Amino acid sequence: MSDLLEVEGLTAGYHGVPVLHGIDLRVPAGTICAVLGANGAGKTTLLRALSGLIRPSTGRIAFDGADLGDLATERLVRRGIGHVPEGRGVIAELTVEENLMLGGAWRLGWAGVWGAARAGLRRDVAEVYQLFPPLAARRRQPGHQLSGGERQMLALGRALVGRPRLLLLDEPSLGLAPRVVAQTMALLRQLCEQTRLTVLLVEQNVRSALSIADQGVVMSLGRVVAAGDARRLADDADLRHAYLGF
Amino acid sequence: MDRFLFLTVDGLTHGAVYSAFALALVLIWRGTRIVNFAQGVLAVATSYLAYTVTGRSGSYWLGFLAALLAGLVLGAVVERLVMHRVAGAPPLNAVIVALGLVLVVQGVLGMIYGNQYLPFPAPFDRSAMTVGGVPLVSRFDLFVFGTVVLLMIVLALLFTRTAIGLRMRAAAFAPSVARLLGVRVGRMLTLGWALAALVGALAGMLVIPTGLGLHPTAMDTVFVSAFTAVVVGGLDSPAGAVVGGMLVGLVLSYVAGYLGAGTAPLAVLALLVVVLLVRPAGLFSGPQARRV
Amino acid sequence: MTGWLHSCRRTSVPTLARHLIGVAVAAVALLGLTYVLDPFHDYQLATAAAYLCAAAGLTVLIGQNGQLSLGHGALMAVGAYTLAMVQNQFGDHGVIAQWTVVVSLAAGVVTATLAGTVIGLAAARLRGPYLAGLTLVVAIALPAVTTVFSGVFHGDQGMSVFLPPVPDQLGVDFPMERWQAWLAVAAALLTLLALANLVRGRFGRSMRAIRDNEVAASVAGIPVARVQVVAFVVSAACAGLGGGMFAVLAQSVSPDAFTLTLSLNLLLAVVVGGSGSLAGAVWGSLLLVLLRYWADQLTGGLALSAGLRTRLAGNLPLAVFGLLLIVVMMAAPGGVQGLLSRAGRWVGGRLIRRPSHRAEVPAPDAEPPAPVVSHS
Repeated sequence: MSDLLEVEGLTAGYHGVPVLHGIDLRVPAGTICAVLGANGAGKTTLLRALSGLIRPSTGRIAFDGADLGDLATERLVRRGIGHVPEGRGVIAELTVEENLMLGGAWRLGWAGVWGAARAGLRRDVAEVYQLFPPLAARRRQPGHQLSGGERQMLALGRALVGRPRLLLLDEPSLGLAPRVVAQTMALLRQLCEQTRLTVLLVEQNVRSALSIADQGVVMSLGRVVAAGDARRLADDADLRHAYLGF
Repeated sequence: MDRFLFLTVDGLTHGAVYSAFALALVLIWRGTRIVNFAQGVLAVATSYLAYTVTGRSGSYWLGFLAALLAGLVLGAVVERLVMHRVAGAPPLNAVIVALGLVLVVQGVLGMIYGNQYLPFPAPFDRSAMTVGGVPLVSRFDLFVFGTVVLLMIVLALLFTRTAIGLRMRAAAFAPSVARLLGVRVGRMLTLGWALAALVGALAGMLVIPTGLGLHPTAMDTVFVSAFTAVVVGGLDSPAGAVVGGMLVGLVLSYVAGYLGAGTAPLAVLALLVVVLLVRPAGLFSGPQARRV
Repeated sequence: MTGWLHSCRRTSVPTLARHLIGVAVAAVALLGLTYVLDPFHDYQLATAAAYLCAAAGLTVLIGQNGQLSLGHGALMAVGAYTLAMVQNQFGDHGVIAQWTVVVSLAAGVVTATLAGTVIGLAAARLRGPYLAGLTLVVAIALPAVTTVFSGVFHGDQGMSVFLPPVPDQLGVDFPMERWQAWLAVAAALLTLLALANLVRGRFGRSMRAIRDNEVAASVAGIPVARVQVVAFVVSAACAGLGGGMFAVLAQSVSPDAFTLTLSLNLLLAVVVGGSGSLAGAVWGSLLLVLLRYWADQLTGGLALSAGLRTRLAGNLPLAVFGLLLIVVMMAAPGGVQGLLSRAGRWVGGRLIRRPSHRAEVPAPDAEPPAPVVSHS
């Protein structure tokens, strides 16, 4: 199987101070890879490097066989990399519907005010409403009126409107009720199987992440300390005690 | 009573222009958190261009069009060349750079055109038509009103109904999130400046014929009025800018009409101070907006 | 000549004494200079010194306290008109003596202080662009006072200022310009002395604390609003003195001498010199005068039509000033003084060759001139 995402020897950080030290990672298309580790392990930094928010100092990132080089975030989105950031990034001043439309607005270009592209976008938004019915009921409300769970739905739905092939998810379960977490995880699994979506899932909630992931990567202090089949990681007692805390 | 009616119409006409100009300030503020102190001189520059084009071609409307296009280009150039580079710096730096721009543009215009007032044409008759025996409103006033209302409708549609408007708002509200969603934030900000300068250019074309004429400082008082309008309405609120502009226009018209034209600048100052002391967040914006 | 202000290293001489010595040395040097210069250049020196009074106050406000005022040109007008009216009262009553100038300058400072207090109180809660905007409105609105009350201020014509002649003791040939230079330099040096002490002291620390982090400053018990207002008032007083000196130099006052452009010129002097640095204000004020002079020389030297020459005369310096403001802001926010201290440190590092101890060489304790505002 070909790997959608290949990362080799990635070193990156902030203000010249490296946070990631030589990360290697391969994610096959249509699978979920859980990125695990304690606070400060560099998980979020890894996602930020993958979506072009910070520039790697060394190493190589290839997406669908092509080297990403120094592409800016906006261009990576056009290549098919979607990123749901920490805190979800719901734009408080925009309505639910506007937030969703924004997810695919880049496809409209300069001219697409009306016409076919816009109709396509509307269809995508309608699909999200089917996926998350609570959003449909609140489509005209501004983002700041949503609950935590609704924000999560909106952020995820908005990313899906962008039709990504690789979805980077940063702590989607944070602050959510266990039932909602379970629903979200199940939905992700379902999306991967139905649409061959590939997901890189950063999670503190190790159990639920490994429950849906195909493979897992454990990070510590900016390095990958363990990687492999998700089930095997979950069963490795030493690893669990040393890095995952359960 | 006749005089009151006349002053009201006059105030609303000027207020409409202040509203437009204030809207341009809000546009840039929301996108970049910069109060564009150079907006007045940019509008003066485009008006001078209109003056030249109209003079050469003999067509007012060719000059009008040239001013609007020049506004669009000038706004984009200023953002790309200058303001873009101080975007990450402390806020005072942007203010100072904009003020530097004021000096440069005023100096260059003075060198080209000289510092005397040039007669600036109005496209329509400025003498008031009588309504029910009262001289009330001129054709030019109607033109000003119509243009500003049209402008506001177009802007409202642009921002709420189009994808480009949606992206511009996203880039202004949450630039980092917008980038993650594929919005080219830098381009949107440039577009915002271009649009604001276009609006400013339009306001210049509408207001300069009602003043002493064309001069490098011709828009200074308009800027001051528009800034006051924005403070009255709240820098973050387009609706506030429109209402604030109308309010300032009316106040100035009454003060100038009843107390003498020279008192208008002092009235602006008094209005501004009162608003800042009584309602510092503006009439339309949230409580935290003022402390920047 | 003012390196002393910012290059005071660790010495045992107390601050005040050091500043006094500096002022005395500068006074003597400048006194000598006025005899070397011809009357025209004496007058330019006087103009620079008058600018300096206001620019020094403004640089403290902007650079040390982080408040940007565009109303200082108008505050100078307050000082100038007060001086003119008090001085003319003396003249009308036949009181002709040198002390009258001191009295009317003081009156100018007082009225500018009062005006500054009003503006400062209204602006106490304002920050950044709001303060700049309010003071901009002040700058544009205040000249209108002269037209509205033209009975008192004589509208656009302005009025002439009665001045006592040059003291007889100085001799018959003593040029008026040299006397004006003495007055202006004395005012400027006194301003610098007062401000240098203020900046060095507790009040200066409070101002900088507020500039750097207002919340932290207020948590630390600094009365933020009061310090902001007092800083504004102090700089307004300096502007009043500068404005008074302007009236003494021009021997007349009119509204078109105190437009927004004057405020922007002051801002230029502050920014180009290095915002927050008194030494920088000196460079900036000199530059204001020199740039105009050079522009005149340039346009005078070229073969131009009369019309073009008049158009260039006022406007070329304006455009150059603006360009300079933009370029300095983008390329060297520390201004001239920032570059000088960097160069000084570099040269110092070269001269003191102690490679093994390099890490221990203490940084000069003169703080680098604050960038306009280095906080966010």
